[in-house]
Amino acid sequence: MTTRDDIRKAVLDALGSVAPEADFDALRPERPLRDQLDIDSFDFLNVILHLHEKLGVDIPEADYSKLATLASALDYLAARLAPGHIT
Amino acid sequence: MPSLGADMEAGTLVEWQVQPGQRVKRGDVVAVVETQKGAVEVEIWDDGVVDQLVVQPGTKVPVGEVLATLRAEGEAPAAPTPARAPAQAMTPPAPAVSVAPPPAQHPARFKVSPVARRRAEELGVDLSQLTPSGPEGVISLADVERAAQIKPPPAAKAAAPDKLAAMRQAIAAAMAKSKREIPHYYLGTTIDVSRAVDWLEQENLQRPVTERVLFAAVLLKAVAVALKEVPELNGFWLDGAFKPSAAVHLGVGIGLRGGGLIAPAIRDAEQKSLLATMQALSDLITRARGGALRSSELSDATVTVTNLGEQGVETVYGVIYPPQVALVGFGKVVERPWAENGGLYVRRLIHATLCADHRASVGHRGALFLSALDRQLQEPQKL
Repeated sequence: MTTRDDIRKAVLDALGSVAPEADFDALRPERPLRDQLDIDSFDFLNVILHLHEKLGVDIPEADYSKLATLASALDYLAARLAPGHIT
Repeated sequence: MPSLGADMEAGTLVEWQVQPGQRVKRGDVVAVVETQKGAVEVEIWDDGVVDQLVVQPGTKVPVGEVLATLRAEGEAPAAPTPARAPAQAMTPPAPAVSVAPPPAQHPARFKVSPVARRRAEELGVDLSQLTPSGPEGVISLADVERAAQIKPPPAAKAAAPDKLAAMRQAIAAAMAKSKREIPHYYLGTTIDVSRAVDWLEQENLQRPVTERVLFAAVLLKAVAVALKEVPELNGFWLDGAFKPSAAVHLGVGIGLRGGGLIAPAIRDAEQKSLLATMQALSDLITRARGGALRSSELSDATVTVTNLGEQGVETVYGVIYPPQVALVGFGKVVERPWAENGGLYVRRLIHATLCADHRASVGHRGALFLSALDRQLQEPQKL
């Protein structure tokens, strides 16, 4: 079972791979990641690929908006990875 | 030393990736050169056998200077005269100062792992002063970090801003030359991309996550195909005349973290499938941001596309990158009311602009290009 800490680590690792210089301690969980980290759609696609690799979750394009902030991304992934979730 | 753009005057040889006597063919990477735009892998233009490595790693030489000599297969090696200029040299022999011997403790040749090179850059460590401890004489991350500890810290701090400043200088030189010499004209049109966006969404639903295509790749492919109809926009203005290019090497403006900008080319873009275009774009962005582009990608873009939609702007008024003669700009895809055949609809629109060199083309032809681009984007399945 994937814990919320595992998910958080995977998300921060994914963001770190595209924005290595970012200060993640200063990241505001409720504010858009794009604005805080200056990531573009290519970076975002890499984040999706990274999460796919680490968590085995395939995030459809239609759900991209649910990963707009750190808080919403953690909620979304926790729901997707919860036992009994049907994809 | 190849010219990797109109704005480049000199480069520093970082390392050789070939040895005398080694057989090479056109397109092989033979050396790594440090330029204002970062480390670039230099490809060779001819087949043959490496004869002499004239310039030593660590040496900064002007564009046009002989780096190494090549001989034909079977030809006898030349006598070792280091300053010899080969028959194909593009410029007269450069001043002797440019081939000054490297420092005495300098290794003749060394290899560096990519991660070590990046770290060395961050820490401001001079790779040419390191002694590799790894197997086969490869400078490793540990070697770099060890050297950084011995090195006084202030110099290390200055490395990154210097690099950005150098890149800013290079952009300044190219853009000032462009505005000084190129009589720009500008055209713009609004294109309904609803069909293309919907089509791509459907397409991406069926693709594995690793093969998802960004809308930017659709725009690039459409530009490459549309350019075939208006060849006056694809090529170089050199020595007072337009030299069209048969192939479309599509320069893509890529923003770098920290504010740099670079426009390497997707080569032969008109021949690539949409997926291949996406893969080429992905590869190019990754290497541009990681600092490992190839010489041909930096020097032979025949036209440039810049997409600033991600930053939220709707219209781009570009500056042509000399010696190219056109730049295509895209803004953001927006939802807007759209009247068509007497009906009113909500559609997804993009504003496309062309800025072109009036010496090479006229507005009428430029308008035909934008119209061809519109047509391509109405039939995305054919791209």
